[in-house]
Amino acid sequence: MTYIAKPKFHHPGLKKNELGYTHRDYEGKISTLCAGCGHDSITASIIEACYELSIEPHRVAKISGIGCSSKTPDYFLGNSHGFNSVHGRMPSVLTGANLANRDLIYLGVSGDGDSASIGFGQFAHSIRRAVNMTYIVENNGVYGLTKGQFSATADRGSKSKKGVTNTDNAIDLVAIALQLGATFVARSFSGDKTQLVPLIAAAIRHKGASFIDVISPCIAFNNHAGSTKSFDYVREHNDAVNRLDVLVGREPISVDYAPGTVQVVEQHDGTRLALRKLDADYDPHDRLGAQTFLQKHAAKGQIVTGLLYVDPDAEDLHTHLDTVETPLNTMDEKALCPGSAVLDKINASLR
Amino acid sequence: MSVQSPISSVNDFVVRFANVNGSGSASANELFARSILRHGVPVSPRNIFPSNIQGLPTWYEVRVTEDGHLGARGGVDMMVAMNPQTWDKDVASIEPGGYLFYDSTKPMPTSKFREDITVIGVPLTAITNSTYTDPRQRQLFKNIIYLGALCALLDLDPKVVEQLIGEQYKGKEKLLSSNVHALHLGRDWALQNLKCPIGLRVKKSDKVGDRIFVEGNSAAALGAVYGGATVCAWYPITPSSSVAEAFTSHCKKYRHDPETGKAKYAIVQGEDELASIGIVIGASWNGARAFTATSGPGISLMTEFIGLSYFAEIPAVIMNIQRAGPSTGMPTRTQQCDVIACAYASHGDTKHVLLFPEDPAEAFEFAAAAFDLAERLQTTIFLMLDLDIGMNHRLCRPLKWDDAKQYDRGKVMTAEMLEEGRDFGRYLDVDGDGIPYRTYPGTHPTKGSYFTRGTSRDRYARYSEEGAVYADNMQRLVRKFETAQDMVPRPLQANAAKPTKYGVLYFGSTSPAMDEAIGILEARGHQLDRMRIRAFPFHSSVASFIADHDFVYVVEQNRDAQLRQLIVNENGIDPVRLVPILHYDGTPITARFIANAIADHQDHLKVTPLRKAVT
Repeated sequence: MTYIAKPKFHHPGLKKNELGYTHRDYEGKISTLCAGCGHDSITASIIEACYELSIEPHRVAKISGIGCSSKTPDYFLGNSHGFNSVHGRMPSVLTGANLANRDLIYLGVSGDGDSASIGFGQFAHSIRRAVNMTYIVENNGVYGLTKGQFSATADRGSKSKKGVTNTDNAIDLVAIALQLGATFVARSFSGDKTQLVPLIAAAIRHKGASFIDVISPCIAFNNHAGSTKSFDYVREHNDAVNRLDVLVGREPISVDYAPGTVQVVEQHDGTRLALRKLDADYDPHDRLGAQTFLQKHAAKGQIVTGLLYVDPDAEDLHTHLDTVETPLNTMDEKALCPGSAVLDKINASLR
Repeated sequence: MSVQSPISSVNDFVVRFANVNGSGSASANELFARSILRHGVPVSPRNIFPSNIQGLPTWYEVRVTEDGHLGARGGVDMMVAMNPQTWDKDVASIEPGGYLFYDSTKPMPTSKFREDITVIGVPLTAITNSTYTDPRQRQLFKNIIYLGALCALLDLDPKVVEQLIGEQYKGKEKLLSSNVHALHLGRDWALQNLKCPIGLRVKKSDKVGDRIFVEGNSAAALGAVYGGATVCAWYPITPSSSVAEAFTSHCKKYRHDPETGKAKYAIVQGEDELASIGIVIGASWNGARAFTATSGPGISLMTEFIGLSYFAEIPAVIMNIQRAGPSTGMPTRTQQCDVIACAYASHGDTKHVLLFPEDPAEAFEFAAAAFDLAERLQTTIFLMLDLDIGMNHRLCRPLKWDDAKQYDRGKVMTAEMLEEGRDFGRYLDVDGDGIPYRTYPGTHPTKGSYFTRGTSRDRYARYSEEGAVYADNMQRLVRKFETAQDMVPRPLQANAAKPTKYGVLYFGSTSPAMDEAIGILEARGHQLDRMRIRAFPFHSSVASFIADHDFVYVVEQNRDAQLRQLIVNENGIDPVRLVPILHYDGTPITARFIANAIADHQDHLKVTPLRKAVT
C-alpha cells in the first residue's frame, strides 16, 4: 500500500545500465492493486523496458485516465512526472503535453473501460492524429474499481463473476488501431513478460502512434471459468505470430536463429527490431493483411499476439503540423510576441 | 392622419439590409459600413444571421453615429429590402418617416408599401441582367449596384468607395475594375432617375480619429498570439469558431521561424470540446501556454476538466463567446448567459476567474493577460466575450503592446532551484498567497517530480483521504482566489455630474449602450453613478460602490440576473438593493431599453407624500 514507504536501499552489486541507473531507479511507489493483478506484471515490464533502453527516467511523462490501470503510473518511474487525469481523457491530455514539449517520451496508460468505452473517441482520434506516444491498454474486460461490470472489450458470450452472460459485441482495440492508421500495433499478455518487454521497448523507440493492447486478467473479478480474459483462457488461446528482440545501437544480431526465420526491421532512430517468425505467413508490414488475419483468428476464438504491424517510416503529429524543433514550452516573448511595430501595422490595416 | 414628413438626419441614422444568406451580400454591406467610416463618421454594424448556410433571411444593420454611440439603437430609418421572404416584417419595422429601398424590376402592389414612408425603387435586377450574363456575377454585382445607388441617395463620396474597393482587390485588376463599374452603374441610375440625396445623409467629419475597426474574436485571437499562446485546441461552434480561425491566420503571418519556416505554434481541431480542453490542460501541465475557444454547449462539456484544472491547479485559458442558451438555444444570437455556468463550473466546490472585455481592444488586452493570470494562478481563466463583440466589427481604440513586457510564467521551480535544495511541495503554500510552486515534467533527474491527480492529496502531492488534509487544501484554494482579486482588471467607475443615491453596475458588451443610456437618463433628470465590472472575483470596490448607494441597477443580458446573483452570493449583499435590468431576447441590448427600464423604476420610487389629516 502507498502508505508504506518503499525502502530505498538496494543491493550494492545491482546491475547498472548504460546510463548508470539500476533497475530500482525505474521503480515507483508500492502498488495498491490486488495481489496477483495482471497490471502489476505490466508495470514490471515497463520498468524492465525503460531500464534496458537506458532511458533517463525523468524524461518520460506518464499519463493515464481513471481506473485500476490508470493508477499504475504511480508504481513505476518514480522520478517521472505523472498525470492521473480524467476518465477516458488520457489521449487528449497526452496530445497536449506532447505538443508542448516534443523532447519527452510519452507513455499513455489506460484500461479497457477508459479506452474502449468512455474514452473510445479520444483513443481513436489520438491514433488518427499520429501522436508520438506509446499507448498501452491494460485490458481485463471488466470494470475493476467499481467491482466487476463488463467493459466494452468483454467478449460476447463471456460470463461475469456473478454469472451474467455478456450479450454485447466486443470492441477489438487492435483492429480499430490498425484501421485508424497506428504505425505500431501490438498485442500481448501480462503473463508473458518475455513477449511484452521487447514490445514496450520497441514501441517507445517508435516515432509515431504506438498502440499495445495487453490482455491483463483481473484476478478479483474476471479470472473465473466462463471468462475469456482469465489467465487460463488467455494461455490456452494465445496465438503469438512472432517474438521480438529490440536491438539498440550497432550491436550485431547475435541471437541464435534458424536461417529464414528472422526479419529485421530498422526504425527511424536506428533501433532494429529482430522478429522471430512463429507464423510463417504473417507479414507485419501488411496493414490489410493484419486486419484479415486478426478477424479470421478471432472467429476461431484465438487471441493473436505479437508485433502485428509496424511502419518504420512513420510520421507524427509534429511532422504534420511542421512545428519547430525547439519545444514550444521553452519559448519566451522574444520568440513568440510579434511586438509593437507589427501591431502598429495591424492597426493601420484595420482603419 | 397627419402627413408624416420624411426623416431628415445627417450622420445619425440606422440602415438595415435585409438579405438572403449565401447571396454574397455580406461583403457589399461591409463595404458600405467602411465607406462611411472613411468619411470620418463612426458606424456600428451588426450581423443578424440565422444558424444556416444558404437561403434563410439575414440582416446587416449599420448605425451611423456622429456622436459615436456604438451600441445597437433599435428601429430602422432606411430598409434595404432585398429579401421577399421577410418583406412584410421588414417594411413594418421602418420608423415613421423612414425610407424603403427595394428592387423595382417587378412591380409591387401598393398594398405592400406604407403611406408614412418614402419608397425608393431601383430596378436592380433589370440593370444587372442587362449588363451581366453569368448567374453568379449577376448575384454578386447586384449587391454592388445597390451600394452604388445608396452612394447617390445618401450623398457618399464615390471616390472613397472606389478607394476601398481598390484596397480590397489590390493586385486583382479585373475584379477591381468590374466592381467599380458596377458601383457606378447603380450610382448613375439613381442620380438620373431619383431625387438625390434623400433626407438621410452622410457628411464628412473627423469623429473616427485613430480608432480601428475590428471583430472581437479576431482581436482576442491576436491577444493570444501576443500573450504567447503556442497551443490552441478547439472544436467548431458558433459564435466562437472565428477565434481559432483568426488565431490560425495570425500565426501563419507572425509565428513562423524566419530561418526554417517552421511553426512556433500547434493548432489542433479536436474531435469535441472534451478533447479540446484536454489538450489545453495537457499542454499547460507541460509548461506551454494553451487555450481553447468555445461557446455555451462547449462549456457544459468541458466542466469535468475545468474542475480538474481548479483542483489539480493546471493553467488553462478558455475563451467563451457567449450565445443565447440554454441547450442549443439561439446559436446566432447574443447573450451574457454563462456567467454562473463559468464562475462555478464543475462539480464540488469550485470558483473560477472571469474576465469581461467590453470591446475588441479589451478582448485583445484581456486575452493576452489571461495567459499571465492562468500561469500565475495555476487555474482556468475565462475570457467572457459574446456574439455581439465577437462577430461584429466594432470601432475601438488601437491595440497597444509594451515591448518591455515579459510574460509572467508564475511560480515554476527550476532545476537550479531544486539543486539548491529548495523544499518542493507541489501544493505547499510557501508565500501565504495560496499559490504553490510547480515543476515542468522533465526538469530534474531526481528532484521535483510529482504525480498530478484529480484526487485529494497532501501538500507534497501524496494521495490522501484524510479530512484535515483535504480541508487544508480547499482552504488554500480559497486563499488563492482571494489573491486573484487584486490581480484581475479592476472595475471602472464614473460618477454622475451631481451626487446621487443611485448607481448602476454593468459589464461586457452592454458598455456602449450603457454609456449612451446615461446621457438619455441625464437629459430626463436621472443622475446615476456607474461602475463597469471587468472581472470576477469582484474587487472590494464593487461592495463599496453598492454600499455608497441606496439602489444599484444591475444591467445584464440574461434572464436570471446572473451577475447580480454572483454579487449577492459572493459579497453577501441584500438582494433588495440590487435592481435587475434584464434584456435577453437575443438581440443586443440598446440604450433605449436601459434608459426606459431605469426611468420606469425611478418613477416608481418617487414618493408622493401623504397629506396629514388636519383635525
